[in-house]
Amino acid sequence: MVPIGNYLFLSLALFIIGVIGVLTRRNVIVILMSIELILNAVNINLVAFSRHWANVDGQIFTLFIITDAAAEAAVGLGIIIAFFKNRETVLADEMDLLKW
Amino acid sequence: MTPAQISQYAFYFFAALAVVGAIGTVTVRNVVHSAIFLITSLLATAGIFLTLGAQFVFAVQIVLYVGGIMVLFIFVIMLVNLDVALHQMQFKRRWWVAGLLALALGGQFGAVIYYSRAGGVLEIPAARTGALSPQNVQQFGLALFEKYALPFEIASVLLLVALIGAVVMTKKRV
Repeated sequence: MVPIGNYLFLSLALFIIGVIGVLTRRNVIVILMSIELILNAVNINLVAFSRHWANVDGQIFTLFIITDAAAEAAVGLGIIIAFFKNRETVLADEMDLLKW
Repeated sequence: MTPAQISQYAFYFFAALAVVGAIGTVTVRNVVHSAIFLITSLLATAGIFLTLGAQFVFAVQIVLYVGGIMVLFIFVIMLVNLDVALHQMQFKRRWWVAGLLALALGGQFGAVIYYSRAGGVLEIPAARTGALSPQNVQQFGLALFEKYALPFEIASVLLLVALIGAVVMTKKRV
């Protein structure tokens, strides 16, 4: 049985890669995909602790997080399509309508 | 090979695949390639769930994430014309500041995990809170529809809201 520390380090690596993606990329679609990476890292943590404590609750939280990810992807991609129709771009730093 | 060894090798294989896929997702220039790297990473994560004995989450990960969310992503990539964006700068100008901050955050989390492991906090607890059988799909279903019945219903409302939101957002006249 692989100790839980290894799962935590794997989840940490995926989380940090996702954070770097969100903070450094300019393409909004890639930023959304990096958010999916972050949510995935959280899922690994929850399932690993679910086995650690021999408790099924962690797996159920994972299911809710996947539901959230689906909702977030649907709304986020809808926003991207609406924005692309108006401004013909997908770059995050050109989304400055609310800045002054 | 004993089953314990097999699960160990499977863990390292899937972990390496997940990390490589994640690095590819955030560094590759072409968005379609980025999505394919992300699919690799998500499938490897499904394998990680299997090594943890979570069969239902494994199936949901493949059906919902890879089969549902990623298809949605690829549809949008096809709908949005990315030829212009492909030739522009892919990273922000001061990307190294963000990278340094993210690595500092990772160092902090890593130190927490490292020292809790060295201090024995991550040992298997003597008083485990439940009894998880190796085939735990039945336990999962019972807990979902008894203890977590209300959150389950609220999740359905959330999905309905997201559905309506996505339709309204992509209408012709916003």
